[in-house]
Order: sequence, then C-alpha cells, then structure tokens
Amino acid sequence: MTIAEIGPVATDRERGRKRLPPERPRADGLHLQRIDPVSAKGQGLPRWLRRASGPVALVLLWHVLSVTGALPGEVLAGPSTVLSSAAALIETGELQEAMWVSLSRALTGLAIGGTIGVTLAVISGLFRLGEDMVDAIMQMMRTVPNVALIPLLIIWFGIGEAPKIALIALATAFPLYLNVYAGIRNVDQSLIEVGRTLGLSRLAMIVNVVLPGALPSALVGLRYSLGIAWLALVFGEQINATAGIGYLMANAREFFQTDVIVVCLVVYALLGLAVDFTVRTLEKVFLSWRPAFNGT
Amino acid sequence: MATSVQRNLTDSRPQASSAMLKPGPQIVPSAVAETANAVRVRGLSRRFGSRDVLQNLNVDIAAGEFVALLGASGCGKSTLLRILADLDREFSGDVEVPHRRAVAFQAPRLLPWKTVWRNVVLGLPGGADRKRALEALEEVGIGHRADQWPKVLSGGEAQRASLARALVREPDLLLLDEPFAALDALTRIKAQELVGELWQRHGCAVLLVTHDVEEAVLLSDRVLVMKDGIIAHQEVIDLPRQRDVADPVFAKIRGNLLDCLGVRHGTHGNS
Repeated sequence: MTIAEIGPVATDRERGRKRLPPERPRADGLHLQRIDPVSAKGQGLPRWLRRASGPVALVLLWHVLSVTGALPGEVLAGPSTVLSSAAALIETGELQEAMWVSLSRALTGLAIGGTIGVTLAVISGLFRLGEDMVDAIMQMMRTVPNVALIPLLIIWFGIGEAPKIALIALATAFPLYLNVYAGIRNVDQSLIEVGRTLGLSRLAMIVNVVLPGALPSALVGLRYSLGIAWLALVFGEQINATAGIGYLMANAREFFQTDVIVVCLVVYALLGLAVDFTVRTLEKVFLSWRPAFNGT
Repeated sequence: MATSVQRNLTDSRPQASSAMLKPGPQIVPSAVAETANAVRVRGLSRRFGSRDVLQNLNVDIAAGEFVALLGASGCGKSTLLRILADLDREFSGDVEVPHRRAVAFQAPRLLPWKTVWRNVVLGLPGGADRKRALEALEEVGIGHRADQWPKVLSGGEAQRASLARALVREPDLLLLDEPFAALDALTRIKAQELVGELWQRHGCAVLLVTHDVEEAVLLSDRVLVMKDGIIAHQEVIDLPRQRDVADPVFAKIRGNLLDCLGVRHGTHGNS
C-alpha cells in the first residue's frame, strides 16, 4: 500500500485515477469543540450583582415570612421593623455611642494582646533561650479556653472595663503569637543563606530577611486575632455592661425586643466586616510584592 | 592582581584522618603559574553522617582564573562550593578564600519583598545606593527592571539580577552554583555568554559548579572533574576565547571529559 492510498493525503488526480471515494468533510469524522474567547461569552450580570443576589434573596424571604405572619415578631422581628428601630436608635444617638464603646474595647484589647503576642513571638522566634523560656508556657496556656477565665478576671479586675479588655487581650495574644512565631521559624532557609553570603549582620538579617519573611504569616495571625477579639468582646460585654452593644442587647432581651437584638447583631457583623476590610487593605499594602491571586 | 587572602577557615572539630586510606591522584597546582592564589584548599574533608563527601581534597585557584568544577550529582561539588562560600563550617582541613567573595546560586534567591535594585545592593556598606544598583543592572542588561518585584521577572532576568547582586560587590572570587541549570536552552546560551564577558571585564577568579560539560569547556581556563570526594582529573583548556562548539579540538576535550565522568561518548564505533 502506498502512501497515496491513505485517504486525505491523496490528491484529486490520484483519487480520480484510483476511484477513491470522495473525501469526507473533516467535521463529520472529528468531533470538534468550539472554544470561545472569554470576552465573547455572555458575561451577563456584573460580578458584584451576582454576589449580592444571594443575600438579597434571603432578606426578601425573611420579609415575606414576617409579613405573612409565618415568622412572628416575638421570635424574630421582620426586616422593616429592624430598619425602623435601627433608625430610631441612630436618631437618639444610642447606637453610635454603643458602637464606639464596643469598638474601642475591642481595639484596646487587641492592641494590648497583640503587643504581648508579637513581642513574645519575636523573642522566642529569634532566640533559642527565648524559645525555651517562652514557648512552652505559651503552648500550655493556649489550651485553656479564654472564656473560662472570666470568673478569675472578675475576681482580679472587678466588673468594670478592665476584665473585658483583659479578656480580649488574652484571647488575641495567642493567635498572633503562634503565627508570628511560626512565620519567623519558617523563613526560607535559602534566603537566610543569601543573607549570609551578602555579609548581613545579625540585625540586618532580622530586619531585611527574617521579619519580612514572617509578615504574611503575621497578617494571618492578625486576622485570626481580630475574629477572636469580636468573640471575646461579646462574652466580655455580658459582664455587667453599662454601655456598648452588649448592654443594648442585654436591655433588649429584658423587654423581648427582638428587633433591637437583630440591630445589634447586624452591627457586630458590620464592625467585623469593617475590621476585616482593614486587614485586607494592610495585606495589599504590605504584601504587594506577592503575585496577586484573585481567584476566578 | 593582588588578592587579599584574609580568612583562614580552620575547623575546630578534628576528624579521624585515618579514614582517608586511598586519597587517589590529587591535582594541586593551578594552570596559571606562580600568581597569587584566590583559593587555597589543603586536605579538605567533609562527612555527612558516615558518608565521606570530600576526602582530603586539594584545590588551588589562581587570582583571575576561571575554573569549572564538573561531576555527577552528589559527588560533592556543591559541598565544596558551600564550604568556600563559608556556608558550611563542619569540615576539617585548611581553606583559604578571599575576603571579598560572592555567590550566585542555581535559584536566583532574590528577596521577594525587595525591589530588584534593592536586592542588588543589599548588604553593601553605605546603604541602598540606587545609582550603583542601576549600573550593575545595566551591565547585565536588565536596567529597565530595576523597580520591579522579583516575582514578576522571568527566570533569565532573575538570574541576571542575581549575577548583578554578586558582581556589584567587586568580588575577588565569584562562586557560581549551577547558575544556568534552571534556564531554558536559549536563555542559557545568552547567560553563558554574559558570564564570559563579565568575567573578562571584572577579572575575578570564578569557580563554576556545573554538570554541563560543554558549558565548562566553553567558559573556563581549567576544568576539574570531581569523583568520590576528590579531584579525579583536570583539563587545562587553552583554546582561544570565543570558543566554537564545532571546533574538533573542543569536541575532543569534551569527549575526554565525558569519558572521565563515565559517560560513554560516541558509542557507535569511535570509542
């Protein structure tokens, strides 16, 4: 068999001479798939709109259930009631004041706890002696649930602001400690070697190689700490609060005001979001050297 | 060129030297006669656990000499380079290297959180001197990348930046640890040419660790072949520069070296 007899290679002249069947259109034999470029595909709704549609649908369902009476106001107030009571709380200035009190509690606690956590992590991350002194203690204390310390904190600090802030500080110190410590210890060894071949002093090595290398991990720790700060805040504000979101909530509970409770929950969520946004911005600024990963 | 040999790295841990039973042929003198040595190594041994990676090894590199170190994987050539770079002091023997030395590794190893130019001048006395960094980057042909983050450079560009970082220190000894191994074939040819040019301009001694025989013959004054922890063979390359891979003398040297490495060349007849 010569090559000329193998279908598609045969020229028309040969085909005529040897009476080969006419060449079939390719697409019949091969199953071709059309690959469209991204721009040609209907993008449809913009991304933010698609993402917003889920929460909006949920709120709509909530509204419908409330209006039809399937969800009684004593169990959960409807969105319209929540909105109007939020408006009322804002008008009297109660909500803003409570937010401010709660936010400053959380941030003060975080500042204290974060300073402690980062300082200890740097000590035990950089020095063998520090590791031996600090790490064992931290690993041991980290297993105690923070909330279980509330009775002790009340005995030590009374029932004012101090135990609330102490609780938040305690809770936030650990995630930062663990992540900063791990970050320092996991700095790429090959970069440390480069630092040595470049003749960096110990201080220059820490400033130029070790700490920047630990920064991504430290920011993860900060995010964890912020999440926990909020949790600790909610628990802390149960301790005889006379101001703040927790106080608003406790009052509302006395009078079965589910609408106010929902407003407070929403405020907690919004504060959490705002803080998370802040950390993301910090990451964008400090980690701009990393190739961006935006997902798809 | 006067090389200031300031360091005498002598390991404090004495080692049982009775283990060196058959040190084998040792090549000592450098190709360039009676000039100051940039590297002087005597009786260097290094063991990892029970394995002797370097056994009573002697090497000299003359100031300004380009030496290539060939050898199969795991023969100890990178270990030798790391000892010369003062990254490993767990050895026994006498090692003298210039105080001013620089290393370029197989991976560029740029600090990802510093822009390219800051990487280049990191650790130089006198702080971050942008002008000096730019000169060094221009010299390796990537001046336009000075303000980028290292992560956005291509492999070849990053390796050039790494070379710039090494050369900006005006080293008397440049240690290259398989710097072209991770580059694609076309980029590698360009990078090899660049290293040849830079060496001629800077006049520093170079130790190039590689397992590419052609690269070794192309660039160096002298090729050392390492086997079982010693220098088993050396080949002085006195071909004129701008060497031609197709030159029969070049091919013959390459053949010799491949034989030395235990790779049969030309199995079809010409042995």
